[in-house]
Amino acid sequence: MIRVTRRLEFSAAHFYHNPKFSDEENRRVFGKCSNKHGHGHNYVLEVTVAGEPDPATGMVLDLKELKDILQREVGERMDHRHLNYEVPELAGKIPTCENIAAVIWGLLEPQITQGTLDRVRVYESPDLFADCTAAPNGSLHGARGEGNRV
Amino acid sequence: MNGARVPLKISLTRRYKFAASHRLYSAQFSEEENKRLYGKCGNPYGHGHNYLVEVTVSGPVDPETGMVANLGELDPFVEREVIEPFDQRYLNKEISEFHEIVPTTENICREIYGRLKAFSAARIERVRIQETSNNSFEYREEAELAQSC
Repeated sequence: MIRVTRRLEFSAAHFYHNPKFSDEENRRVFGKCSNKHGHGHNYVLEVTVAGEPDPATGMVLDLKELKDILQREVGERMDHRHLNYEVPELAGKIPTCENIAAVIWGLLEPQITQGTLDRVRVYESPDLFADCTAAPNGSLHGARGEGNRV
Repeated sequence: MNGARVPLKISLTRRYKFAASHRLYSAQFSEEENKRLYGKCGNPYGHGHNYLVEVTVSGPVDPETGMVANLGELDPFVEREVIEPFDQRYLNKEISEFHEIVPTTENICREIYGRLKAFSAARIERVRIQETSNNSFEYREEAELAQSC
């Protein structure tokens, strides 16, 4: 099994706000990240695809194709956007790197036709990142589709 | 909606820094054996590193906050349990656990994992330490991992 990782950078704005909380609770729970004017990050996405290399091409998948998928599904949706307002898949969710990683998994997984999606890693800064992977043995660590905890 | 067709696992990794000195030396070995085993790292005056510590937590994402763990809780916990006692210290002398065991980065990983394990908001899954840009070490408690899978 070989794992291939492709990286994409995107820059976006966000802030954390839960409408169920009072302004004071939002400030207490989310701190500086609750500033309603928003703030931004240079996000780094690392997408890992696992599989056996095709004996004819020596490749798990065509990296150009993966690059195009990342650009189409993530770059065009999220780069230079405000994640709270402009990305429908994040509507109603707090745009943390945990939720962004899970949403990106959902966007990419059906598009990967060679190899299987192994990991989505989203860096919000060099000091903070979230990983999304398939749960081992079907255990429910994170989320199962809509209406669950991610 | 994340559109996922399989159950997902989410983890969050936060990177911290501390600078400390240490010396690799074991009283169980002769001077000559220590020299052979630890080389320059056994210099009696000690030497130091800028350690980078990656702490990975996992668990369900709270739908109210979108978080596995709130950094408002994790950061002060790690600061209190690890950074405060380790930063700008001589590990062999100032961390009592290293009076008996050698402060290799392997052992530092295990010690830090032990100190962080009590974090209540999420499961501490992994501690990875970069001692220099050429060396990194990581520790996961395999028994706990097996149990949770």
